[in-house]
Amino acid sequence: MDFSLSTEQREIQELALKFARNEMIPQAHEHDEKGKFPDEIFRKAWELGLINTCIPPEYGGTGFSAVDGVIISEALAYGCMGMNTSFMANDLALLPIVIGGNDEQKKRFLTPFTQEFRIASFCLTEPGNGSDAGGIKTQIKDGGDHWIINGEKMWITNAGYAHLFVVYGTVDVNLKHKGISAIVVDPKTVGIELGKKEDKMGHRSSDTRGVRFNNVKVPKENMLGKPGDGWAIAMNTLDHSRPLVASSALGGAQRALDLSIAYAKDRTQFGVPIAKHQAVQFMIAEMGMKVEAARLLVYKASWMCDQGVRNTEVASYAKAFASDSCMQITTDAVQIYGGYGYSREYPVEKLMRDAKLIQIYEGTSQIQRLVMARELLK
Amino acid sequence: MANVLVFTEVHDGHVKPVTLEILGKLAGQTADVAVIGDLSAEQVSLLAKNGAQNVHKLKGANLDKYSPEGYANALSEFIKGKNYDYVFGGATSMGKDLLPRLATKFDAGLASDVVNFTFDGGSFAGTRPLFAGKCLAKVELTGPKPHFVSIRPNALGMTANPTAGSGTASDVNANAGDIRAAIKEMIKATSTKVDLTEANIIVTGGRAMKNAENFKILNELADVIGATVGASRAAVDSGFAPHAMQVGQTGKTVAPTLYIACGVSGAIQHLAGMRTSKVIVAINSDPDAPIFTRADYGIVGDLFQVVPVLTEEFKKLLGK
Amino acid sequence: MNIFVCVKQVPDTETKIIPTSDGSFIETASIKWIMNPYDEFAVEQALLVKQTNPAANVTVVRVGSTKDTEALRTAMAMGADDAILVDAADNLDSYSIAKALKGAIDKSGKKPDLILTGKQAIDDDALQVPQILAEMLKLPSVAVVVGFELSGTAVKAKREVEGGAIEVYELSTPCVIAANKGLNTPRYASLPGIMKAKKKPLAQHSLADVGVSDADRRVKYSGFRLPPEKPAGKKFDATDATKQREVVAQVVGLLRTEAKVI
Repeated sequence: MDFSLSTEQREIQELALKFARNEMIPQAHEHDEKGKFPDEIFRKAWELGLINTCIPPEYGGTGFSAVDGVIISEALAYGCMGMNTSFMANDLALLPIVIGGNDEQKKRFLTPFTQEFRIASFCLTEPGNGSDAGGIKTQIKDGGDHWIINGEKMWITNAGYAHLFVVYGTVDVNLKHKGISAIVVDPKTVGIELGKKEDKMGHRSSDTRGVRFNNVKVPKENMLGKPGDGWAIAMNTLDHSRPLVASSALGGAQRALDLSIAYAKDRTQFGVPIAKHQAVQFMIAEMGMKVEAARLLVYKASWMCDQGVRNTEVASYAKAFASDSCMQITTDAVQIYGGYGYSREYPVEKLMRDAKLIQIYEGTSQIQRLVMARELLK
Repeated sequence: MANVLVFTEVHDGHVKPVTLEILGKLAGQTADVAVIGDLSAEQVSLLAKNGAQNVHKLKGANLDKYSPEGYANALSEFIKGKNYDYVFGGATSMGKDLLPRLATKFDAGLASDVVNFTFDGGSFAGTRPLFAGKCLAKVELTGPKPHFVSIRPNALGMTANPTAGSGTASDVNANAGDIRAAIKEMIKATSTKVDLTEANIIVTGGRAMKNAENFKILNELADVIGATVGASRAAVDSGFAPHAMQVGQTGKTVAPTLYIACGVSGAIQHLAGMRTSKVIVAINSDPDAPIFTRADYGIVGDLFQVVPVLTEEFKKLLGK
Repeated sequence: MNIFVCVKQVPDTETKIIPTSDGSFIETASIKWIMNPYDEFAVEQALLVKQTNPAANVTVVRVGSTKDTEALRTAMAMGADDAILVDAADNLDSYSIAKALKGAIDKSGKKPDLILTGKQAIDDDALQVPQILAEMLKLPSVAVVVGFELSGTAVKAKREVEGGAIEVYELSTPCVIAANKGLNTPRYASLPGIMKAKKKPLAQHSLADVGVSDADRRVKYSGFRLPPEKPAGKKFDATDATKQREVVAQVVGLLRTEAKVI
């Protein structure tokens, strides 16, 4: 069993961290404060090949493994969890196409993302259905030579900038999750209405909105698989996307740990650096332990993807553990910084605000536990 | 006793001070000086006073401006067959460029940027910093002679009572040879200041500056020592300086060789931006100001009195 | 057109430098190696020249330990076409390194039109290899270059000297140019570039293959030690107007003789 990164993975990580340090960290505070979308940084990241890591080489992708993908995502999240949410949303939208699309659809939808800089959103959550995703009410009706979509989506990342939407709706509410279908929609289609940008606690550089669909006509060729295939596509997608999102929590946690260690060595109180006080030492020890454990879960969950092995249980462990740990770690980072940590002048309060969302999206920590228990008690 | 030639760079008719530092330290060895171009009798006396036995003035066509090939050709022709054990030079811009090429003409080695040395029975042993000064090491030379050494300016210091030499001056016909890379134009340094993040010397004003106009005295100091002026957050928040000048947690992070903090209390936000400065000087009227715990040299006093005096003393030191 | 870029692998600037117990060198076991920062400007300039001369070939050469190949891989990921590695210890002196670089360039069979290096390596800060290499190859050189223009075989190089002044040199290829910070903005290696680099040719030689032996060493280092601890800060009282000048003069003097910063 080899726990080390390959030479190539180390180079990939080096590049991604260099980008995070040089391009993202210096801009993170301003983008967070102003709620500014990081389009320049997003584009630069795309130009370097750091975006859309899920696209297979047959469709123009670089040929990264799932493990390569989380290595990159962790490094970018180290730069800014908020910006990484925007970057990752591309993969979260494109994965259903990779998993459920046919060859023609993959060429039509995925390849352009490798040829020019494009942004995507996936639309699943609704104002009345978050955790209960199976109960979504957005309707996909058969209109003869096209589908007609009606409904309302909420908390859609990148909505204001997307070139492509992947929308989950149902062809028959009574079929519950058996009616759920996934379809690719052009955001410029008549009838699509974007809500105003949400004013959020964290991930403030990420553009998040409600999206309303009013009799939106979509070509028949845009449905991924058959009507009713959507739930399986979504579940399969989660097995890939949960480790990815977990890696974002991991990157943020690592940043919080690094900042805390540096501060503890520098700040003196009672005549010594606070790193000499056991209370602080114990906090840092907990942080280090959790980061290492989270990393191992994230890597294993991704490795299982690459092995073609079903990883639902470990993916849930990774997502819940990494995000819950990140919340604790970033909270402790603020604590270690004391009064200064509470000030927006210092970087840690943003990390704490950003950590919260990762416990909520991509399956709340509570839903993850239901998934874990179900797997364990099968 | 070693036979040493010291290559001397001349600027505006004056020998560069590093030459005098080298000569002073070479007491006990035989030291000659080689200069490209002419040198006044007064300068020759100065060299003699510090230990030069012979001062050779190498003159010839195409040597009026520096060129690595021209100077290397002229000097190597002069050095050939003269039995010098060592050739020393200052590790100046010119020295760093010229000496490696010159040494290679003799298939010889060069110990560069040496900060101290001894001669043990005619054999050179030097000390030099490595890894950006994070460690020191002993450096010795081996192989064909003469051996070459470049000395970091200002590292040796001037010898208090140097042993004088005879200072016999002579002209030498020098041959610049074939020059393929020649200076066609000189561009003077612009007066626009170096950015804070790149600056080697920084002078910062704090809240005690009282207003923006008072930064004038810092600008005057900065002009004399070639510094860039910064400001603490307190000064910026009070409107005394623009945010672009702010050094600190939410300002710029700087790493100069010399940081002079004037009326800066040394709050933790400020320290975050300048803590890796090599040498820190602090001027503050409050003897308990936190900045004094970080300063290498702390001056307790009124900055409005101290800074102008500091400017004058620097002017004297730098001969301005 | 054949462009050679000489790169060195050095410890990362954040690395803690610890002398070995016998003082013969520094501990290298836990060092993070990076491409010498000044060499990045050299690689970038080579790639910029290649952009305007698409037929040009950029070979990156390194003399050092084969254990870590970061520098060469980074250069190829940025866009260099092929690489040469001469296996050697990481503590060779400048003369030996230059001789090995010359040997490697000669052995490549490609006649150099342009050789680019960084102005200095941040491990030994010797600032010698570019000039030694130029002299060994009997080529003209310009070092500390902050501006570079190439038109056919005509080169215009801006050299930075003390005080920020610039000497503008004119010369012809073939020549050696040693890059300084500010010459250009080095590109990131892209991820596709990193993947492509794996397939690029990397020739490996021993020192003997390129005609270098222990007898070529000219500079010997020993007695590696940490610099003395910075002395505790000194405080001076300048509140008394009559003593002010004396105190200030004293500090200024110490800045020159003790701190050596002015």
